[in-house]
Amino acid sequence: MSEENKTFTISVYTENMVGLLNRVSGIFLKRHINIESLTTSQSEIEGVNRFVIVVNTTEQWVKRIVGQLEKQIDVIRAYYHTDEETIYQESALYKVKSDSLFEQRQVQNIIKDSHAKIVTVSKEFFVIEKTGFRHETEQLYNDLIPYGLMQFVRSGRISVTKEAMQVSSLINGFQPV
Amino acid sequence: MATQARAIEKQLTDKPMRVSGAEAVIRSLLAEDVDILYGYPGGAIMPIYDELYKFQDKLQHILTRHEQGATHSAQGFARVSGRVGVAMATSGPGATNLVTGIADAQIDSTPMVCITGQVPRHLLGSDAFQETDIVGICTPVTKWSYQITEASEIPEIIAKAFYIAKSGRPGPVLIDITKNAQIEEFDFSYKKCTGIRSYKPVPKVDTSALESAAELINAAKKPMIVWGQGVILGRAEEEFKAFVEKTGIPAAWTIMGVSAIPSDHPLNVGMVGMHGNYGPNVLTNECDLLLAIGMRFDDRVTGSLNTYAKQAKIVHFEIDPAEINKNVPVDVGVLGDVKETLAKVLPMVQANSHTSWLEEFHKRDKIEFEQVIKNDLHPTKEGLTMGEVLKLINQETKQEAVIVSDVGQHQMIACRYAKFNQSKSNITSGGLGTMGFALPAAIGAKMGAPEREVVAIIGDGGYQMTIQELGTIFQTKVPVKIVVLNNDFLGMVRQWQQLFFDKRYASTEMVNPDFVKIAEGYHIQAKRVEKREDLESAVKEMIQSKEAYFLEVCVEKEDNVFPMIPSGASVSDVRLS
Ligand SMILES: Cc1ncc(C[n+]2csc(CCOP(=O)(O)OP(=O)(O)O)c2C)c(N)n1
Repeated sequence: MSEENKTFTISVYTENMVGLLNRVSGIFLKRHINIESLTTSQSEIEGVNRFVIVVNTTEQWVKRIVGQLEKQIDVIRAYYHTDEETIYQESALYKVKSDSLFEQRQVQNIIKDSHAKIVTVSKEFFVIEKTGFRHETEQLYNDLIPYGLMQFVRSGRISVTKEAMQVSSLINGFQPV
Repeated sequence: MATQARAIEKQLTDKPMRVSGAEAVIRSLLAEDVDILYGYPGGAIMPIYDELYKFQDKLQHILTRHEQGATHSAQGFARVSGRVGVAMATSGPGATNLVTGIADAQIDSTPMVCITGQVPRHLLGSDAFQETDIVGICTPVTKWSYQITEASEIPEIIAKAFYIAKSGRPGPVLIDITKNAQIEEFDFSYKKCTGIRSYKPVPKVDTSALESAAELINAAKKPMIVWGQGVILGRAEEEFKAFVEKTGIPAAWTIMGVSAIPSDHPLNVGMVGMHGNYGPNVLTNECDLLLAIGMRFDDRVTGSLNTYAKQAKIVHFEIDPAEINKNVPVDVGVLGDVKETLAKVLPMVQANSHTSWLEEFHKRDKIEFEQVIKNDLHPTKEGLTMGEVLKLINQETKQEAVIVSDVGQHQMIACRYAKFNQSKSNITSGGLGTMGFALPAAIGAKMGAPEREVVAIIGDGGYQMTIQELGTIFQTKVPVKIVVLNNDFLGMVRQWQQLFFDKRYASTEMVNPDFVKIAEGYHIQAKRVEKREDLESAVKEMIQSKEAYFLEVCVEKEDNVFPMIPSGASVSDVRLS
């Protein structure tokens, strides 16, 4: 097994419970592994949440982490994938001074070239949204900095896998003993 | 008691009744066959204590002298009986005092349900008096935890708590109940939990894994078993013995696994690990097949992983998928309940005997006897040894006692030399190494197995960590036997200081009180022994006593426990001196 550090995306399907985030993140804390990003939302199955967690570690460690995650009572299933096995994106929002949009042609070109979307425009500021890979949202960040970026925020990675994850059949197959 | 509780349960399941949350807690515990629990009251849990008062004929509450004691008593109870131990405490400091015992139960897979009171729901997050986020604090050390904020949740959550605590790989569960939920009334009915869709306690057995395991077992010339507590937790003692006897494979144990088969069994080759026996430690690195059964390759067992059994094929029988390949990469992982997997593999393995290989163990036993055991058990020097005390306890209890040990040198000596004829007999804090465990755990053990002799073996250091539980012994009259092996040192730490820190004895020397007077203060029979000629009769008197008995044995101050694998060294570098 490779001992090299790599980016892995961990998908965790869980019951929707208070305190579960604490239990999930604690597994990383206990092993002193930094979480690069974490998002959680309802999954494709009603009542089931999905965490998408990005870590940079070895395959050996990510396997152990997934083992520990699956062991948690309210975790239905956990998987890990490499970048090649997933389709993933991040979203970013940029709040820029309105003056620059009107006064600097450059800014309009930057927005056009980056395929970003203008979400809202007001007298004082406008907000741009860009979804894509990390290097793309970062590029736009660097491009906009000279024009007075008032706020910037980026979401954690959201991802779907190329292969199916059989969570529904797992849940439907459940029978109390 | 159990049938009575079942009758109550049935009655409760049949027709809902209007009760308070506090009463629902008691009725739920009764429905789970609980007849004893350990705890300490306080503001946020008073409604439940009020109900305990009303139900005292059905549910005995033992007032320990500290909440930590309640958890260890519940653990001792669980470990001897195989039932779920129950501990209870109030919010804030009561709850935080449970943490050590919960962590201990988690790492040693002990089934335990802890119930804590909490401030009323409307005060949560307001830093109310005695508010502590105990669920948050305990999340990493519980198998499951939950905060109940409405009375109607109580039956379902308690049912889940018991199911989770005892199923699969057991562990502690914490249920925190806000005070309003204890007071509110609702229509109570109880249904036991039989499954949770996100939780698979016992993995399905994979026949091909069994076949691969059997193939390796049948081909092996120098196989060796290391078994752990999994055999006991899985109630697989019979299956395990049948497997060992049919295959003729020498079997060594971890301190959590000992007593699953009798100490005197001809294929029992002793203890592995830091202070384990010479033979099984050295031969771990010479065997061609290592069968790990219900154990988890703790670092105190393996020493350096880089040099652990590298020459051997490794087969791991285990219930917890997260344990396979966690520390030691294995060739075959046999997932499942060992009771089932061992029964299934039995017809697939050939009857065998490994006489000359077994002889390798015996050869090393002789070396260990000459260099270590002889001096421990048959000392010729003046000072008393811990080993000779254990030898006399074996003799006087006919190896039938439950031995509860604390943590330190005396623990290692107890595990090395105590002999057992029956399972669930060695109660010790293995994974966490919690000083202060033994005295309260012995109380719980005696209550969980009242027909058995229970002897606690404790160091002078650890004894003083939970010494207040003498009050519990006095009040309940529980006839436990307490042996303090007093070396006036934190012996195990002193040993490390001697061996690895050039004898700089930083804060390990103890100036001790008169332990006999303290025991007598609690009206417990007590004796101190300083000379060898007084030892045997004192041990006899203690074992024959029908009541609790305290025996202090003043042992040699600076004895060391050997064999020893220095931390980070290889199992085959085990030192005999
Ligand atoms: C709660 C706790 N604190 C500290 C330790 C570290 N420790 C391990 S063994 C030991 C010494 C125990 O001394 P004593 O109880 O006198 O037993 P002895 O080793 O002398 O038999 C200590 C301090 C521990 N295991 N648990």
